[in-house]
Amino acid sequence: MIHIEGLIKKFDDRLAVNNLCLDIKKGEVFGLLGPNGAGKTTTIRMLTMLTKPTAGSIMIDGCDHGEQCIKAVIGVVPQHFNLDIELTAWENLELHGRLHHMPAEKRKRRIKELLEYVELDDRAHEMVQKFSGGMKRRLMIARALLHHPKVLFLDEPTVGLDPQVRRRLWELIRHLKEEGLTVLLTTHYIEEAESLCQRVAILEKGKLIALDTPAALCQRLGAYVVEWDEPAGFKTRFFADRTLAAEFAATLTTTTTLRQTNLEDAFVELTGRKVVG
Amino acid sequence: MLYDIWTVFWREWLVLRRRIGRFILSRMVSPILYLVAFGWGLGRSIQVNQGSYLDFIVPGIIALNSMNISFVSVGSPLNMSRLYHKTLEEYLIAPISSVSFVLGKVLAGALRGLISSVLIIVLAYAFGAHFIINSWFLLALVLNCLVFASMALVAAMIMNSHEDMANFNTYVLLPMSFLCATFFVPDHLPTVLNWMIQILPLTHASVALRAIATSGAVPVLPLVIMFGYTIMFIGTGVWLMEKVRE
Repeated sequence: MIHIEGLIKKFDDRLAVNNLCLDIKKGEVFGLLGPNGAGKTTTIRMLTMLTKPTAGSIMIDGCDHGEQCIKAVIGVVPQHFNLDIELTAWENLELHGRLHHMPAEKRKRRIKELLEYVELDDRAHEMVQKFSGGMKRRLMIARALLHHPKVLFLDEPTVGLDPQVRRRLWELIRHLKEEGLTVLLTTHYIEEAESLCQRVAILEKGKLIALDTPAALCQRLGAYVVEWDEPAGFKTRFFADRTLAAEFAATLTTTTTLRQTNLEDAFVELTGRKVVG
Repeated sequence: MLYDIWTVFWREWLVLRRRIGRFILSRMVSPILYLVAFGWGLGRSIQVNQGSYLDFIVPGIIALNSMNISFVSVGSPLNMSRLYHKTLEEYLIAPISSVSFVLGKVLAGALRGLISSVLIIVLAYAFGAHFIINSWFLLALVLNCLVFASMALVAAMIMNSHEDMANFNTYVLLPMSFLCATFFVPDHLPTVLNWMIQILPLTHASVALRAIATSGAVPVLPLVIMFGYTIMFIGTGVWLMEKVRE
């Protein structure tokens, strides 16, 4: 569905995205992970035609030339709230529908349907300025889905939201996947990627350093991890099976944790930095 | 493309319609002050070209007011939308051309300029001014609105902070309001200053509006110059919209 080859973005002398190649299948929820400044947002901006790549090619749903062709098949939920605060929820969606050349009848039906879907139908004619963060995010998702896109881009979809709203959005994203939509999301929250994505790519300093299923990335390090405190700091060690891990843990005298490896461990091992949420 | 221009315009119209009452009231304040201060107050003792000063400044006030309103209606909101609200991205992501966006915004700004000009014309008549309004007058007025709405679009795309946008107002619009043949004929100013004033677009608006209002004559050159400015700013605006993606 999305085919990226040799994608490069340079800002003056700084290389923000360095020779990125990716293939994302139809119906996949794909996660783009990486520390701050790794190039995730720049990548999304290039894929959504907001930034021109310095080099490389992007093909989405068979469109490889002409921005307008790609723009018609993608839906975008940016990181910041960019709803028009001078308009109501309905008007925001209507503006989007008009910008995407939806005929009036179809547009009206679809706006109604999506407002119900994101549970904002009772607030349709209120100004979005009064909306909470979670409501704004849901409305932005509705807006992105309005013109029946084939690919949805979500840049940090749950940042700054409380846990209940986050879980509700996760449900929504899973539901979209079941409907056959291809989703590409960037996130800081490792558990978000783990719970939603079939595959994740980890970026660091603009380069792709790992690409696999969350489970396979964890397996690479070892299925189990032992963590313990030392005066020098917090230590971790990975083991292929639980018995070996338990034997090792028994030799330690400080407080010790033995648990399954998760995506965060893989992320930290690969990027060498702790991610901040 | 026409449909996309309409969409961009439609959004502006929606916002304007919601606050049309407030818009009209607030737009009446400064022209009333000008008419009272310069027309009634100062103007009583001044005669220009054998006519009353009030009749002389009404076209000037219309020119400067349509300039200000057209500029402010596009400039600040677009600058905020690009830098702060990021709502410009909604248009950049949509399958519409830069030309449609630019034209939609400029036409909407010009409409606001025109509405406020109608108010001044009504007020000026109420104050007892005499002037001719015909289709040439309307053309000059529309052109002036288009010049400054498109100039505002260019400024909003270039200025990288809200403060710079305000500075642009102070350094460009404010001097023009006073110098460009709005309140006096700049012929007796020092040659270099006069020459600079002749370059500025508002001078041509004042000259054209005044010529039509007093004698019904058609000032072709000023109209051509204003048309040229409009094309130049719209062209620059489209180019900047394309460049914003780099």
